Amino acid sequence: MSSTDIHLHQHTAHGHAHDEHHELPWIRKYVFSEDHKIIAKQYLFTGIFWALIGGAFSLIFRLQLGFPGANLSWLKPVLHGWIDNGGKLDPDFYLALVTMHGTIMVFFVLTAGLSGTFSNFLIPLQVGARDMASGFLNMLSYWFFFISSVIMLWSLFISTGPAAGGWTVYPPLSALPQALLGSGAGMTMWLVSMALFIVALLLGGINYITTVINLRTYGMTFTRLPLTIWAFFLTAIIGLLSFPVLFSASLLLIFDRSFGTSFFLSDIWIDGAPLAHEGGSPVLFQHLFWFLGHPEVYIVLIPALGITSEIIATNSRKPIFGYKAMIVSMLAITFLSFIVWAHHMFVTGMNPFLGSIFMILTLIIAVPSAVKAFNYITTMWRGNLIFTPAMMFSIGLVSFFISGGLTGIVLGNSAADIQLHDTYFVVAHFHLVMGSASFFGMLAGVYHWFPKMFGRMMDEKLGYVHFWCTFVGIYFVFFPLHYIGLAGFPRRYYQFTNFDAFQTFGDLNMFVSIAAIFTFAAQMLFLFNFFWSIFKGRVAPANPWRSNTLEWTTPLHPEHGNWPGEIPHVYRWPYDYSKPGAAEDFIPQHIPYSQTPSSNLPGEKDPD
Amino acid sequence: MATTVAIVDKKKLWYGGVEPLRASYGKLMMWFFLLSDALTFSGLLVTYGFSRFSHDIFGGKVKDFTFSDLWWPIPERVFTHFPFTHANLPLLFVGLMTFILIMSSVTMVLAVEAGQRMDKEDAKKWMLWTILGGLAFLSCQAWEWTIFITGSEEGRILADGSKVVGANLTMNEYGPPLFADLFFFITGFHGTHVLSGVVINVIVFYNICIGTYERIGHYEMVEKVGLYWHFVDLVWVFVFTFFYLV
Repeated sequence: MSSTDIHLHQHTAHGHAHDEHHELPWIRKYVFSEDHKIIAKQYLFTGIFWALIGGAFSLIFRLQLGFPGANLSWLKPVLHGWIDNGGKLDPDFYLALVTMHGTIMVFFVLTAGLSGTFSNFLIPLQVGARDMASGFLNMLSYWFFFISSVIMLWSLFISTGPAAGGWTVYPPLSALPQALLGSGAGMTMWLVSMALFIVALLLGGINYITTVINLRTYGMTFTRLPLTIWAFFLTAIIGLLSFPVLFSASLLLIFDRSFGTSFFLSDIWIDGAPLAHEGGSPVLFQHLFWFLGHPEVYIVLIPALGITSEIIATNSRKPIFGYKAMIVSMLAITFLSFIVWAHHMFVTGMNPFLGSIFMILTLIIAVPSAVKAFNYITTMWRGNLIFTPAMMFSIGLVSFFISGGLTGIVLGNSAADIQLHDTYFVVAHFHLVMGSASFFGMLAGVYHWFPKMFGRMMDEKLGYVHFWCTFVGIYFVFFPLHYIGLAGFPRRYYQFTNFDAFQTFGDLNMFVSIAAIFTFAAQMLFLFNFFWSIFKGRVAPANPWRSNTLEWTTPLHPEHGNWPGEIPHVYRWPYDYSKPGAAEDFIPQHIPYSQTPSSNLPGEKDPD
Repeated sequence: MATTVAIVDKKKLWYGGVEPLRASYGKLMMWFFLLSDALTFSGLLVTYGFSRFSHDIFGGKVKDFTFSDLWWPIPERVFTHFPFTHANLPLLFVGLMTFILIMSSVTMVLAVEAGQRMDKEDAKKWMLWTILGGLAFLSCQAWEWTIFITGSEEGRILADGSKVVGANLTMNEYGPPLFADLFFFITGFHGTHVLSGVVINVIVFYNICIGTYERIGHYEMVEKVGLYWHFVDLVWVFVFTFFYLV
C-alpha cells in the first residue's frame, strides 16, 4: 500500500436525507430544519431583525448627540421610563444604547447574520455537497443562537435595562453589579447570552471547517475553491480559535460577579469602604477580551471580502486578479489577526517596547489588506463591468475598506493611538473599515444570491437607489466623525454641551445625526425590496449572473440535497470568465476541458 | 448501508470527493472541537500565569516557608495530605490521581483497539475500566477539594488577629485569594470535563452492551470519545504541572 489506500466510502447519510425529504412535516422542514439553505435563511431573517434594532438604537443616541436639548417625549410610547418627564433621554439608557448597538451589530448582525447566513448557504452549494457535514449540529447551532438572541432581547425590556458598560464589557464596570444600572441583571443576561452565542458559533464553525475539508465534490481541490469558500473556511478557523478565549473570560467574569472571586478585581473602594476583591487585574480581562476581539474584526470582515471577490470577478467578466495572492493574503490576515490584539490596549500602561512590537505587527496587516484592495481594483480594471446592485455594493465595500483602512495605519501607531484612543476618530475608523464594509458585503451577498435563495430576482432600480442613498449616507455619517475625533471628542459620552471647546462642532454633530437618519431610512427601501421580491419578484433564470460556481447548476428551488441527480464534478477553477477562444464569456466549473477545446490553454486537460 | 470500497490515489487525496485526512466528519469535528476547547483552557491557564506572576514569591528558604497572603504559596506545602494518614506526604495523593487518570487513558486505548477488532466483549471490559478510572479520579478530586476547603486546624492568623481556616472563593489560609480562586476554577473546570467524559463513556458503554456498534458495523464512536478522553487527560497534565509542580 505504498501509493494507494483502501478507503471506506459511505453514501448512506446523503441518500437518506434526499429520500426522506417529502415526508418531513412542516415544522421539520421550515422550523427545526436540518437543511443548510433553510438554516441560512433563518440566520438571515434573524440578522435583519437584529440589524433593525441595532440601527434604531444608533438613531436614538444620535438624536441625543446631534440635538442635545431636543424634546424626545414623542419617543415615550416606545421607551417609557427611559425618557424622563422633561423629554430628555436617560443617561443610563444612553450608555445601554451604545453598548447594545455595539453588541448587536458586531455579534448578532455581522457575525451571526453574515457568516451564519452565507457560510451556511454557500459552503455546501459551492463545494458540491448535499448538506453540511452534520445537519443536526447545524440546526442546533441556529437554535442556540436563537436562544441567545431571545435572552439578549429580553434584557432590553427589564427595568434596570440591558448591559451598559460598553460592548467590550470591561471590568470593573461589568463585574460590580452596583457600578451601573446596566451592570446588574442586564450584564448577567449579556454574559449568559454570549456564552450561548459562542456555543452556537462553535457548532457552526466546526461544521463549516469539516464540510470544506471532507465534502468537496470530485475535482474541487483547494485551489479550485471559490474565494467565498476560502473566506468562510478561514473565518470559521479564526472563530474556532478565538471565541473559546472569550468563553473563558466570560466564565471568569461570571464568577467575579456572582461568587466573590477576584480574577479581574483589586483594590476597589465603594462609598469609602473597600471591597473584598484583591489581587486580580482588569487589564487581564482586556487581554483575554481582545484576543477574541481583534480576530473578531476579521471574523466580521473576511466573509464580506470573500463575497466581494466572487461578485466583482463575476460582474467584471474577468478572472479574479491574483487568485493565489488573495488566498495567501487571507491566510496572512488570519495568522496576523491573532498577534495584534494589544493594539487596542496601548493606553493600559503597557511597556512601550511591547507596544512597539504590537504596533509593527499591526502595521504588517496593511500589506495583505492592500494586496486585496489592489486585486479588487485590478480585477475591475478594463473588465466588462456589469453594474448589478450586488456589484455596486461590492465596489462600495472596496471604497470603505480603503478609506477606513488608511486610518487604521494611523491608529496602529502607538504614539498616535494614545492621543486618538477612545475618540470619535476610532469610531469613524472601525465603522468604515469593519462596520460599513462588512455590512456592504452582506447586502451585496443578499442581492447576488437572492435568486438562489428565493428563486426570484430583487428589483434592480430600487437596489440602485438603495445603494446610492446608503453609500453617500454612510460617508456623510462617518467622514465628519474623523474631524470630531481629531478635535478630541471622546466616545460614549452622553453630551458635550458642558465643554466650551466643543461648541463649534455642534452643527457637525447635527449633520451626522441627520445623515444617520437618512441612511437608516434608506434601508427601508431594501426591506421593502427584499420582502416584496420574495413573493412578487420576477422569477429568476437558472444562472442570472452567468456565474461559474456550482450553486447555479442546481434547480431553481433546490430541495434538501441540492442536486436532484449526481453531484456535478469539477474540472476547472471558478474564474474562467472571458477566456480567449471560448464561445461564451464564462465557463462554469463543471464543464470538462474536453468540451472546450477552443479555449484550453496548453496543459489544460481533464484528469484520466 | 451501501458501503463501497474505493481505491484512493494518494496524489488525489485533496482532489475532492474523498476524505483527505482519512477521517470521517464526526472524527474531524471532534478534533476541531478539541482544538477550540484547548483554547478555552489556554485562556484559563494564561489567567493563572498572569495572576501568579503578578504576585510575589516567597523569598526565603523553602523550609522557612509559611502561609501568607503576601506571597504565592509553595504547592508542596499546601497539598500534603494523603487519605487515612496524618503523615506529611507532599503531592503524593495528586500523583496517585494523575496515575489513575493516565491509566484510564491506557484502558481507553485498549477499548478503541478492541473496537477496531470488532471485539464486543473486550471493548465492553476496557470501557468499563475507563469509566471506573474516571470515577476514581473524580472521587479523589472530591477528597482533595474537601481537604483544601476544610484546611488545617491552626489556620492562618491575620494581622487583625482573626483566623482564616481552609479556603473559599474570597479567602484562604494558604495565600492570596486568587490562589484558591484559580485552584477551584481550573481544577473544577477540568473536573467538569472529566465528569462529562464519564457520562459520555457510560452512554457509549451502554451502546456497546446493546450491540449498537456491532449493528452499524464499526466502533468509531469509541474512537471519538477516546479522543475526548485523551484530551481531558492531556489537559490534566498541564493543570497538574502548573498547580502542583512549578
